[in-house]
Amino acid sequence: MPLWEAVRLALHMMRVQKLKSFFSLIGVVIGVMFLIAVVSIVQGMNVYMEDEFANRLVGLNTFQVRQRPSIQTGDVSSATRREWARRPRITESDAGYLEARVRTPVVFSRVCESRMTVGRGTLVARDIDVLGADPTIFGIKNYGISAGRPFSPQEARVGSAVAVLGHLVAERLFEGLDPVGRTVLLGGLPYRVVGVIEEQGTLFGISLDKFVVVPFEAPVRRELCRAGTLHELQVQASGPTSMLTAMGEVEALMRARRQLRPGDPSNFHLQTAEGALEGWRGISRILFAALPGLVGISLVVGGIVIMNIMLMAVAERTREIGIRKALGARRRDILAQFVVESATISFLGALIGIGLGLAMAWGVREATPFPAAVAPWSIGLAVTLGIAVGMIAGIYPAGRAARLDPITALRAE
Amino acid sequence: MSDPIIRLRGIRRDYDMGGEVVHALRGVDLDIDRNSYIAIMGPSGSGKSTLMNLIGCLDTPTGGEYWLNGQEVSRMSDDDLARVRNREIGFVFQTFNLLPRATALQNVELPLVYAGMPAARRRQLAAESLTRVGLADRMDHRPNELSGGQRQRVAIARALVNRPSILLADEPTGNLDSATSGEIMKVFDRLHAEGQTVVMVTHEADIAEHAARVVVLHDGSVASDRTRARAAVA
Repeated sequence: MPLWEAVRLALHMMRVQKLKSFFSLIGVVIGVMFLIAVVSIVQGMNVYMEDEFANRLVGLNTFQVRQRPSIQTGDVSSATRREWARRPRITESDAGYLEARVRTPVVFSRVCESRMTVGRGTLVARDIDVLGADPTIFGIKNYGISAGRPFSPQEARVGSAVAVLGHLVAERLFEGLDPVGRTVLLGGLPYRVVGVIEEQGTLFGISLDKFVVVPFEAPVRRELCRAGTLHELQVQASGPTSMLTAMGEVEALMRARRQLRPGDPSNFHLQTAEGALEGWRGISRILFAALPGLVGISLVVGGIVIMNIMLMAVAERTREIGIRKALGARRRDILAQFVVESATISFLGALIGIGLGLAMAWGVREATPFPAAVAPWSIGLAVTLGIAVGMIAGIYPAGRAARLDPITALRAE
Repeated sequence: MSDPIIRLRGIRRDYDMGGEVVHALRGVDLDIDRNSYIAIMGPSGSGKSTLMNLIGCLDTPTGGEYWLNGQEVSRMSDDDLARVRNREIGFVFQTFNLLPRATALQNVELPLVYAGMPAARRRQLAAESLTRVGLADRMDHRPNELSGGQRQRVAIARALVNRPSILLADEPTGNLDSATSGEIMKVFDRLHAEGQTVVMVTHEADIAEHAARVVVLHDGSVASDRTRARAAVA
């Protein structure tokens, strides 16, 4: 019997027994749905983490010299935390030392930051990230200015009380007024607003616009970090290669400055986008490692269900098998009929699973910031697995059907 | 005269019924000529069903030789027997044995499917065969939409579609009322008149009357074998 003939027969049987066929599909549907959804979501998260998270939080071709990492996506032991706390802070003189000696062309910006309340008259904005930084920070962070201007090198040098507001801070304190030229209260002192930074959007649903940038030497500095120290030194190179060169230089210079011996671990941290992604990569690896198990279990269960359904089908259709044999069906014809039927059921299950998996991925994309991306290979794999599970599950019942004695089968009721 | 289409020599068939051997056929010799019209009769337990299964190549004998249309089929493998059933034998069963979910046309196509015939040719031959039994207007009906007589005619169309050497009917009127039985028997008579070899198993004497030759089995052996003059059949 030709293949398409058997497929048509299988589809016909399924139309006739819709409910039973539907139940027999569930295992395969769930397995395939997991496969498609998890792969799509994890791949979407990958894209998101690399494009958005790492580059926006750390910056393109940028690294930070810090006492300890500020971004951790994995688990950190308490011993490690204690070790980080014992490390010397990065000082202003460290920054000056590095700025004077790094030979790779890079741009530096010192950064001190703290959560503070920013006020204007009776309006207040709490939990605002106040950044004391050099004017180069606007370039390093790629902050566009939507109104006014960034503070000038002159204002930076003298430590003027000027501020550039994040989008959300400007909205909250000025509510439609033009903030440029007006003043905000920061640490009890009035700051003149010189500019507003373009909207940065959200990351994991958290707004990236709740911040204010002031000159590093501005009066509020003493509330941002301890005298003579800084939280991080931002270093931006012109490309990935020069970034690595600069990192090597900074590492060597800092180690020499802190008189570390060759075997000693570095007591400072160079934070990069790559480093920040490591924790996420670990999670994604675990998800991908667990995926075959999840999918496998569902498919095995699905296969067993299909096998049972097929055994029932063979029992119910014993007479049909007898008729077919009497009319000239060979063993392999009967075998093929039931294997194809089983594979067709399973294949349809895979198709439904793909549909549901895509729907789940789409739902995640709509409901969360993650751009769930469907991987074509996962669809190919799902279809292949669906057919394979059906064929394997169908072999035993089909074999029983093929071996039936035609006389006995014809007598069945 | 040409060789008989069926030649049985010393056919025995034993069944092992839980340790006890039952001799269903105890050495049957039978020749059936081409174009003959034969009824096999006998009380239940006489071995007529066993004989019909053997003739229909659904079963193989314990001993003896069976030549069908020049081939020794008594020692064939399952798959070879399937091929022989497909090409040489057209079955008509007491309970019709149509596939309930398939249309009349699809039922009639079935033997051609297993003969590996392309779909278009298959449909054409099946339609011709249904027309031959007077069901040209019922091709797309399913068995449950047909009367008993119509179902049996579908079964006959299916049995004929592969142009088999023998038409093998097992109690073909057993599930039909007498009027419909007469109708079905007319179909068999006509097919025989057109040259078809018909072998019929029945326990009803009036049905056996249609045949030109009646073989009676008793206790697994041929008890009588009589041939009537052709004139009596009309």
